[in-house]
Amino acid sequence: MRARYPYLVARRLAQASVIAVLWGGAHLGWSLARGDLSSTLLLGTVPLSDPFALLQVLATGHLPATTALLGGALTLGAYWLLGGRAWCAWVCPVNPVADMAGWLRRRLSPRGLLEIDGEARLWVAAGLLALSAIVGTPAFEAVSPIGALQRDLVYGLGAGLLVVPLLLLLDTLVLRHGWCGSLCPLGGFWSVVGAASVVRVRFDVARCDRCGDCAIVCPESQVLRFGDMERTGLVRSGDCSNCMRCVEVCPRDALHLGTRFHSNSHSPEGSENATRQSA
Amino acid sequence: MAPGGRPSLSRRGFLTGFPARNAALAATGGLLAAHVARPEARAAGTLRPPGAQPEGDFLATCLKCGQCVSACPFYALRLARPGAAHAIGTPYFEPREIACQMCEGVPCARACPSGALDAAVAIKDARMGIAVLVDQENCLAYLGLRCEACYRACPMSGEAIQLEFSSQARTGKHAFFLPKVRGDTCTGCGRCENACVMDSPAIRVLPREIAVAQGAESYRIGWREDAVITGDFPAAEQAPAVDNLDAVLQSMGDTRALEDSP
Repeated sequence: MRARYPYLVARRLAQASVIAVLWGGAHLGWSLARGDLSSTLLLGTVPLSDPFALLQVLATGHLPATTALLGGALTLGAYWLLGGRAWCAWVCPVNPVADMAGWLRRRLSPRGLLEIDGEARLWVAAGLLALSAIVGTPAFEAVSPIGALQRDLVYGLGAGLLVVPLLLLLDTLVLRHGWCGSLCPLGGFWSVVGAASVVRVRFDVARCDRCGDCAIVCPESQVLRFGDMERTGLVRSGDCSNCMRCVEVCPRDALHLGTRFHSNSHSPEGSENATRQSA
Repeated sequence: MAPGGRPSLSRRGFLTGFPARNAALAATGGLLAAHVARPEARAAGTLRPPGAQPEGDFLATCLKCGQCVSACPFYALRLARPGAAHAIGTPYFEPREIACQMCEGVPCARACPSGALDAAVAIKDARMGIAVLVDQENCLAYLGLRCEACYRACPMSGEAIQLEFSSQARTGKHAFFLPKVRGDTCTGCGRCENACVMDSPAIRVLPREIAVAQGAESYRIGWREDAVITGDFPAAEQAPAVDNLDAVLQSMGDTRALEDSP
């Protein structure tokens, strides 16, 4: 049986397995991965570290040890390849919460929601880096709902789970797609990386009939700028998290997984078209 | 999206324009306020894993990843929960629950990727805190009873905790066996606190910056065997030039008058 939304299923599996593997490392002694989403040791050898957390440490005037710096570089490299905000859509445990809030919003159609454009998270990120320098500790790490939630999931349930109802309330009743879409400084950081990253959603203008289904499911609908997509053949914005919702809902198969450099279309006609568009 | 579900263009422009900036500012301010309001000062009970940098550097460097926690074979370490007295997500241990067992290889510090814990630390050089006999009045040894539970639990017994013997005047024929902590060797592992037989321990491990007096280096303990008597005192970079000593002394109040008096 073919899943109706294969990428959505794959993302939920990825998110759950990341937490499961880290949980096993913390509680069952698995050596597959030790640590949590801020810093991990894979297979006892490969370090991974959250580059935004390391930037905050650097802002305090401290130099992290080589292991963490190497881990930060590896993580940065990996998401430069996979698409910066791919971290948001495929790994971050807040993503299912934000998606659930989106589902609730579509059902409840709450009125009077505030909206802020995605640029705000860049300012939040910059502000928190400055704050780290002022107070001398990594400022976002001290208040991060992502950190609180994932630590609880990995090391043991507790008050960090309060993040779930709080973010649901924020996203559903106060600020449309508020946390991930507007405020999250980690998402802001990854969107900067994503602006140059390799794996992107590609667009085949010849197939598109402008039905707009993609814009309805897209959690960051500002990234679907049709003029730009028609010209370049891809979704260029770093705000795109490569969640692939648009790809799997498109009834005409006009969107597909590819890279910044060449199309990965199943149809030769489509790829030829996209190449011509980008040339 | 159903028609009408979306705000009209002008309203949307309004919401994404100037007020949006205000909301972003407010949100950042909220995060800042939460940050400032969180318990910043180190609680007296916050004991860090062996090899921890001085608390300020530790808090700046620790990534809250918990690899030290997973590495501890005795499950002594935990990550601070939201709302705990300790800075959120940072590792600590409570000796009364599980004391540090002073593993030879220091697996917790070796696991630290960030340098918040010195991966090269030798366990005997660790200074997690210092054991302090916080309640001498109720310590059984000071009441004249034989206890010494702390002394026997100490992994560096005889070095970090020594027994001091003195005769007991009350009975005239018994002795006190008094535990004395040596601050220069105690690692703060907390085995003594864990072993204390009282319901609430008479001996506790405290962070060194709370329990150790500063400034002792200004005084020379001349009668101690290990003190090197050299007569050398660190010279000032440049001695203040005094042309007219009398006038200076006069301006400070005539101290010579005091010295001259019998």
